[in-house]
Amino acid sequence: MIDAVGNPQSLLLLGGTSEIGLAVARLYARRRPLRVVLAGRQSARLDEAVADLRSVGATVSTVEFDALDTASHPAVLDKAFSDGDIDVTVVAFGLLGDAEEVWQDHAKAVELARVNYTAPVSVGVALAERLRKQGHGRIVALSSVAGERVRRANFMYGSTKAGMDGFYLGLGEALRGEGISVTVVRPGFVKTKMTEGMKPTPLATTAEAVAEDVVAAVAKRRELVWTPAPWRIVMSVFRHIPRPIFRKLPF
Amino acid sequence: MKPEKLTGWGRTAPTSAQVLHTADVREIAAAVRAAGPRGVIARGLGRSYGDPAQNAGGVVIDMTGLSRIHTVDAEAATVDVDAGVSLDTLMRALLPFGLWLPVLPGTRQVTVGGAIGSDIHGKAHHVEGSFGNHVRSLDLLTADGEVTTLTPDGPDADLFWATVGGMGLTGIVLRATLALNHVETAYFLVDTEQIGNLDDLMARQSVGDESYAESVSWFDAVTTGPHLGRGILTRANHARVEDLPARSRGNPLRFEAPQLLTVPDVFPPGMLNKLTGRIFSELWYRKSPTRAGAVQNITQFLHPLDIVGEWNRGYGPHGFLQYQFAVPFGAEDVIRHTVHRAVETGQVSVLNVLKRFGPGNRAPLSFPMPGWTLCLDFPVRKGVHELCEELDELVLRAGGRHYLAKESRATPSVVERGYPRLDEWRKVRASVDPQGVFASDMSRRLSL
Repeated sequence: MIDAVGNPQSLLLLGGTSEIGLAVARLYARRRPLRVVLAGRQSARLDEAVADLRSVGATVSTVEFDALDTASHPAVLDKAFSDGDIDVTVVAFGLLGDAEEVWQDHAKAVELARVNYTAPVSVGVALAERLRKQGHGRIVALSSVAGERVRRANFMYGSTKAGMDGFYLGLGEALRGEGISVTVVRPGFVKTKMTEGMKPTPLATTAEAVAEDVVAAVAKRRELVWTPAPWRIVMSVFRHIPRPIFRKLPF
Repeated sequence: MKPEKLTGWGRTAPTSAQVLHTADVREIAAAVRAAGPRGVIARGLGRSYGDPAQNAGGVVIDMTGLSRIHTVDAEAATVDVDAGVSLDTLMRALLPFGLWLPVLPGTRQVTVGGAIGSDIHGKAHHVEGSFGNHVRSLDLLTADGEVTTLTPDGPDADLFWATVGGMGLTGIVLRATLALNHVETAYFLVDTEQIGNLDDLMARQSVGDESYAESVSWFDAVTTGPHLGRGILTRANHARVEDLPARSRGNPLRFEAPQLLTVPDVFPPGMLNKLTGRIFSELWYRKSPTRAGAVQNITQFLHPLDIVGEWNRGYGPHGFLQYQFAVPFGAEDVIRHTVHRAVETGQVSVLNVLKRFGPGNRAPLSFPMPGWTLCLDFPVRKGVHELCEELDELVLRAGGRHYLAKESRATPSVVERGYPRLDEWRKVRASVDPQGVFASDMSRRLSL
């Protein structure tokens, strides 16, 4: 059970090697004894994540999870829930892709859409069913500022995030009366492996800083959080810029 | 039954459960017999701050339907009452007979069942002990669906005392017989002392409690500097008819306890901040100058917060928590340190209570122990977790413990260390409910 100040006793990370997801798990584990289930593909990076969380005192197990294999998702979640209630679930998997390549390569475009939109919907629906059964739970969905106004520069990625963002906001509304909360997190540029080699934008942040904001937002059961916070203002300006002008802006 | 979202009074950590509203004991017994893997818990008026009356994914039984006062024996001063009756209703019914509930907490909006389950205490603890001390017998619906009548010294005394303070986890209290006091009036003769700092407040409170039926102090945990912890010590005895002003003598048992307004659920977070906290504390301190022998009614003296309905909404949507602990006499430093740290860390608490407890009772999970109890309330915000963690350690090292009716954020080990008789209680519970039919969010969170 999660407590009054937002300390969970268990956490499921879908996308078990996500740097932001792992930073969230580490923060919680430092506060209180924590049982973590990492859902991801077997890999050296996943083993590293297990070792890393154990080193901060967490009890860690893993379940095999392939985002593209949506038919397997209900069984994956059954396995993740088999050791008891899950207090917080972080939906953290996703692909960035090469922005120019991905819209011109049919197979890659479809894969990106399936990993970033179809799979989050698939786990979201299966997750909601299990959380309703246990009568509680908090979902953290890692979206992106890129979904707020989709830009030409990375519209494939942006469009998938726009879709998953809308789905999780809606899921939160649907679950409102049931003691289950959904927090949609919109980070800006985060310096991680996913963005390695890219030029950081203004307001660039780190996985650890995003994790701090996530933990605070979960405690307050917030529905939507921008991280860092000024993104909310920046994006609400962007959203209203007419297309002919927006197109000419240098990003 | 239908699913409902429930929280405690602190409005934190909501969960949903199937809630059964009924006035029929047979339906309650049937629900207990049919309990699924996530179990059943009884709920009264939801005044516990944390999660003991919630049961995520399971069944919650709303006990307020069981609301009959069966018999009042004015001569023997006892009442036989359903568990879902509130202390407010009960007081109104008893006062015309000149009868008074010996233990009243800071609100009358709690049920008899809840009062037993939390073994609540009030300003009269140093004289009367806690609620369980006045229960002559109780009917307990156990996990097998049967009802047993328990008494404090009967063959099932262990189960009786495990139920007192047992947070509803031994079964469901359906009905109880309570011992009462005789009073002449519904008024108090109150001595108020305005005291400029915490050390003086504690020193003053340490002498003379025995000449009063009721004693408590409020203190200021916001104002810094030399006035840190300044407070108001109020102590009182029940007024006799001749103590009353002439106009009240005609109706000395009049119940003066209006609810003037209900707080709407519109407050944003952060309403209680350093500024508003300081203003409130200043006014609260100023409104009570030192004065002896003032006649006050029930609301003025006992339950000022009951004037306002749903006052917890004022803390905004993120909710708040109460941090209440008891430490033995001799551990006054823990009290001082707690107040200092609350002020230093900038956590704003305005409804602060300090009281000296008398002896505890036989219940293994009863909270009161001889010593001091202190209560602070914090809106949930950054830093509260860290402050409470720090205070936990201090309290436990001094041999203290935390009040489960207020608790909403501790760990299993905090409860184990604070309640050395926890295993004794667990054994009784295991013998009467081996499958763990009675379960709550709190029992899961704290591995009770």
